[in-house]
Amino acid sequence: MSDLQSQDYVRRSATTLTPPMARNHEDQVAKLIDVSRCIGCKACQSACMEWNDLRPEIGHFEGSYENPNDLGPSVWTLMKFAEYENEQGNLEWLIRKDGCMHCEDPGCLKACPAPGAIVQYANGIVDFISDKCIGCGYCVKGCPFDVPRISKTDHKSYKCTLCSDRVTVGLEPACVKACPTGAIMFGSKTDMHRQAGERIEDLKSRGFEKAGLYDPAEVGGTHVMYVLHHADKPSLYSGLPDEPRISPTVRVWKGILKPLAVIGIAAAVIGSFFHWVTIGPNEVRDEDEAEADRALREIEEEEKTP
Amino acid sequence: MTRPKRALTRYTTVNRVNHWINAILFVLLVLSGLSFFDPILFFLSGLFGGGQWARAVHPWFGCCLVISWIGMFVQFWRSNLFNRDDAAWSKSIVHVVTNDDENVPPIGRNNSGQKLVFWAMTLLIPTLFVSGLLIWEVYFGKATSIPVQRAAVLIHSLAALGAIFVWIVHVYAAIWIRDSVRSMTQGYVTPGWAWHHHRKWFYQLASGQRVKTEPRKNP
Repeated sequence: MSDLQSQDYVRRSATTLTPPMARNHEDQVAKLIDVSRCIGCKACQSACMEWNDLRPEIGHFEGSYENPNDLGPSVWTLMKFAEYENEQGNLEWLIRKDGCMHCEDPGCLKACPAPGAIVQYANGIVDFISDKCIGCGYCVKGCPFDVPRISKTDHKSYKCTLCSDRVTVGLEPACVKACPTGAIMFGSKTDMHRQAGERIEDLKSRGFEKAGLYDPAEVGGTHVMYVLHHADKPSLYSGLPDEPRISPTVRVWKGILKPLAVIGIAAAVIGSFFHWVTIGPNEVRDEDEAEADRALREIEEEEKTP
Repeated sequence: MTRPKRALTRYTTVNRVNHWINAILFVLLVLSGLSFFDPILFFLSGLFGGGQWARAVHPWFGCCLVISWIGMFVQFWRSNLFNRDDAAWSKSIVHVVTNDDENVPPIGRNNSGQKLVFWAMTLLIPTLFVSGLLIWEVYFGKATSIPVQRAAVLIHSLAALGAIFVWIVHVYAAIWIRDSVRSMTQGYVTPGWAWHHHRKWFYQLASGQRVKTEPRKNP
């Protein structure tokens, strides 16, 4: 989204200094998606396109209700439909609104090499500042949820902004506003936890014993949470990760290796310099030239005398 | 070129042109690559016209470097084969780094350090090329799975780090051993230089065997 002189960053990609965070007295926000109340109407998808002026290319029917087939640079949220046969042999249609989870500890931000291209606001929203994006695709590797998509047209990475522009001016995200069944809720994270608690109790009383909240602690919690009827098996919902975590590979790469490598390179250069200062250059002396001359002459003479 | 009368040719024109194409590409790769490795070095991307440009151009430099390195490999692999002299030379490495050359055994055209630089690059450049292709977002972003790309990006940065270390050693050694740079810019060394640093090579040239390196001594 456009960067209107934000002073409420709590995290800023590829930044070693403290980002401008004076206006950080904000409530943590969260979007709560109650999967059990979703009817798969895709109003949220339409609202997202409408508010954000996104028009994905018309694709092909692939035998699924999912349309388009995948998230994309202009598909920031997508209804995913999974058919699940439960233990009783009944079919359950598990519909999940997929998109950025707005992790408290965002892997995309950790991996991003462009200063300020990914930020996290004090309210918890993780946003891509597209202007600063360099299109390297590192956020894709950092994300535990496979969310960011790089455009082939402008080489920028895109994903759900949690309607940060609307939230800033006190509105709820477009998808929340559009949802006809109230399956998508928005508010402070504490309120959403309370809401979820009520819903889960209700679901449990109706036989969904494993109902629960998806707010994975492995990424410090998320600012998009799900109420799931099968919270013990999130992967039933079109591959929602059971234990999402920033890959250890990414942690090594952007954690330990990054500073160590720079120190190592600097040490090698400085070490070389001090070798020069202490031991100094290895020069050819006149004696070497004389020795070489003598050797050459000897060989010439040897060759002359048969 | 003011070439002394008895100067010995160390690198031919083709050798030198290839080497410097390689060197320029390597420097461009290091500068652009480091810019998106650590944020304190992001300013280096400015040398290429900004982050987007650095990101776009880096892989193309890499492709050119691979082609250039094939040329280097073809020209230099034979003179970098290890032989018996390397064991003796390596053992006296302490004398080498302290300029105590009287106690360093004579060596042929390349010493073990130079050979190590060559073989390290021969290993690292293809590693960087393959891992680099896997993370080339524009063309191969969808070609492999995300876990594969994560592994590739880690391997790519480790290999790059290795190559940078080798390169620092290589550049410093060229400065440290006086007149080595001239052998790669103007192509020649003085007989005294060859006698001092590569005595076996000196005798080989002197006894008229020309630049051809000795056949493998191993039985």
